[in-house]
Amino acid sequence: MSSHAHAEGQLPHEPEKATAEGRNKVLGFWLFLGGETVLFGTLFSSFLALRDQVLDGPKASELFELPLVALATILLLTSSLTSVFATYALHRNNVKALISWLIVTVVLGLGFLGLEIYEFNNYASEGHQFRTSAFSSSFYTLVGFHGGHVLFGVLWISLIIGQLAKKGLTVVTAPKAYVAGLYWHFIDVVWVFIFTVVYLMGKVG
Amino acid sequence: MDWLTTVDHKKIGILYMIAGGFFFLVGGLEAILIRIQLWKPLNDFVDANTYNQLLTMHGTTMIFLAAMPLLFALMNCIIPLQIGARDVAFPFVNALGFWTFFLGGVLLNISWFAGGAPAAGWTAYATLSGDTFSSGHGLDFYVIGLQIAGIGTLVGGINFLVTIINMRAPGMSFMRMPMFTWTIFITSALILFAFPALTVGLVALMFDRLFGANFFEPSAGGNAVLWEHIFWIFGHPEVYILILPAFGVISEVISTFSRKRLFGYSSMVFATILIGFLGFMVWAHHMFTTGLGPVANSLFSIATMLIAVPTGIKIFNWLFTMWGGSIRFTTANLFAVGFVPTFVMGGVTGVMLAAAPADFQYHDSYFVVAHFHYVIVGGLILGIFAGLHYWWPKIFGRMLNEGLGKLTFWTFFIGFHLTFFVQHFLGLMGMPRRIWTYLDGLGFNELNLISTIGAFLMGFGTIFFLLNIVVTAFKPANAAADPWEDGRTLEWTISSPAPEYNFAQTPLVRSYDAFWKEKMDGNHAMTPAEPLGPIHMPSPSILPLFMSIGLFIAGLGFMYQKDWDNHLGVYMGIFGLIITFFCMMLRSLRDDHGYHIEPDDIHDQGVKA
Repeated sequence: MSSHAHAEGQLPHEPEKATAEGRNKVLGFWLFLGGETVLFGTLFSSFLALRDQVLDGPKASELFELPLVALATILLLTSSLTSVFATYALHRNNVKALISWLIVTVVLGLGFLGLEIYEFNNYASEGHQFRTSAFSSSFYTLVGFHGGHVLFGVLWISLIIGQLAKKGLTVVTAPKAYVAGLYWHFIDVVWVFIFTVVYLMGKVG
Repeated sequence: MDWLTTVDHKKIGILYMIAGGFFFLVGGLEAILIRIQLWKPLNDFVDANTYNQLLTMHGTTMIFLAAMPLLFALMNCIIPLQIGARDVAFPFVNALGFWTFFLGGVLLNISWFAGGAPAAGWTAYATLSGDTFSSGHGLDFYVIGLQIAGIGTLVGGINFLVTIINMRAPGMSFMRMPMFTWTIFITSALILFAFPALTVGLVALMFDRLFGANFFEPSAGGNAVLWEHIFWIFGHPEVYILILPAFGVISEVISTFSRKRLFGYSSMVFATILIGFLGFMVWAHHMFTTGLGPVANSLFSIATMLIAVPTGIKIFNWLFTMWGGSIRFTTANLFAVGFVPTFVMGGVTGVMLAAAPADFQYHDSYFVVAHFHYVIVGGLILGIFAGLHYWWPKIFGRMLNEGLGKLTFWTFFIGFHLTFFVQHFLGLMGMPRRIWTYLDGLGFNELNLISTIGAFLMGFGTIFFLLNIVVTAFKPANAAADPWEDGRTLEWTISSPAPEYNFAQTPLVRSYDAFWKEKMDGNHAMTPAEPLGPIHMPSPSILPLFMSIGLFIAGLGFMYQKDWDNHLGVYMGIFGLIITFFCMMLRSLRDDHGYHIEPDDIHDQGVKA
């Protein structure tokens, strides 16, 4: 297809949208994120409906430690910035910079996951377990779903880094890298809402 | 083997048709058993528990495993042809969608043989569906089977959105798209925004049942009404996911067999969009009696009644399309014309139910049963029958037998009205739904008997249709490209059945009803929009099947982990997930460039008119 139309080493301006497959992939992914928005929207609604049902377990205001959550937030927001740099590198056809920025993104993502695991462990030891109350179930489900998305993103982007290293930037790999960037931003946006709705609102009351 | 690895949208469409048809028979059999149980008072044909299982599985099967897949069958077989595309946007994902649906459906039905099917109604209302009241595995099969099947629906919806947005033939603007394509477009958007909500509900219920979470468990602070909200924010759009494609089919069939342009095309488009939008705004009308309060009830009541306006526009447009047309009553058109008054009746009872104070009377009675069967059977199933009879020659290259077709229509149509018309009165007389028997002397006896006779007639109608398929299969595949001779849209410009690559050359669309326009201009062929060249095709793959099998194994494993105390279930679940993720990884690492069909191998040169 159009991959043959371009000479070796010469990529079109926006390689992720150069082929029909690429255009389909990018559009399909935007739509998928629309579905994900509903998914998280429903999880948020469930959490909001159940957040005061703490029974004998600890309340949100007793539980959350904002410094830790703030640190996690900084890591994740920074990783969104580095994934933007990666997409910039993609558009400059700079594979090296693209791979490096993706690696930084993955490392930051892993840092975030580490903090989250530490945090969950901490809460569980304070009697805030999955089965404790409706509040705890909905908390772990919402935040855990987000964490699962981060984990999936880390694994996925790692795979893409491997492919980029092996095959370089082509009209096949470019849409993958671009779409992974979209996914990573989406995860970040969801976290902004989690930070506000779960943690800040939980702390204030 | 060919069928296990295919990524061709036409073959996937046929797979959907076979699987959906099979589940339609299963669901139909369950319905017949329900009606046998109710044919006389105090019948003991099945016990109460079995009745609950039959009722639950009938609803679940018909909605998720019969109606939706049959729609997906028509979508897959027709949409790419109607918009002049070579395939769908994501052929691999399309195959994945079919296999997840199919194995999810199989998993759900295994429950019959694994100690009892779910028995909490197709809505699985909490807390009835919780561990306390449904302690067996029935509901586990429900939550996990539907999750797996739901993946297929969701990716199918995304696939068709992208296909319709990105892959239309040159010249086909949005306002030149055939009506069926338009309705599938809106339906796919509804799927995209409705199904993730169901997924969350099912996951939460699964966590409650399998891992001791408390979403819907009031004793631990959970909220049972939350389930109703989540279920119906999915469930109401689902009704429009089902009915909009039927509207599309009816628009195509009535216009073709009246030899007239669809009346008020642009108003049809906007009515479709408006119905799709309003479909999301009215979910709480299923919950008037839950105790939401007068303000919420009034708002949802009014919003619900608003839907009658765009629906009315559609009904009148169909009537005006027929008005003055030279109508041919083929089987397909009989179903389409029969649809119109039937659906109107379902709509009218819908407005009655939308009045919140009145709903307190109708609630949980056979009036409601009659209403939604008028909409779903009298609307959707008649629409599917119309579509199948209309497009059968395009899909299989054989004309269905018209005599048997008319027999199908009359038995099914009369049987349908016999079954459900009387249920309105049973409901108004006070017969409750979801009840396995009733006492003598309440005046229910005769009407229930009539209803059961009607159900058998519908069963005969279905048998006649199966007979027709068998008879047709023995005939030579010699249907013309445009067998009805009045085809208006692009699918009728290529041979029946369509070749592997659909269009040797992508056609240039010059108007709404593109093919009709060329016919009226005296042209013998569509103008091609590109020179004849090699056609790029995706290669077949077994991965979609294995990915779905992985999910199937994982589902079974997690379900039984609470019985087997040596963690075997958990290991099995993880093993299944590993299969799925490994296949995803394989897919991601192997670049699949597909293959090309060279111009010399293209037999159907040019686009015929």
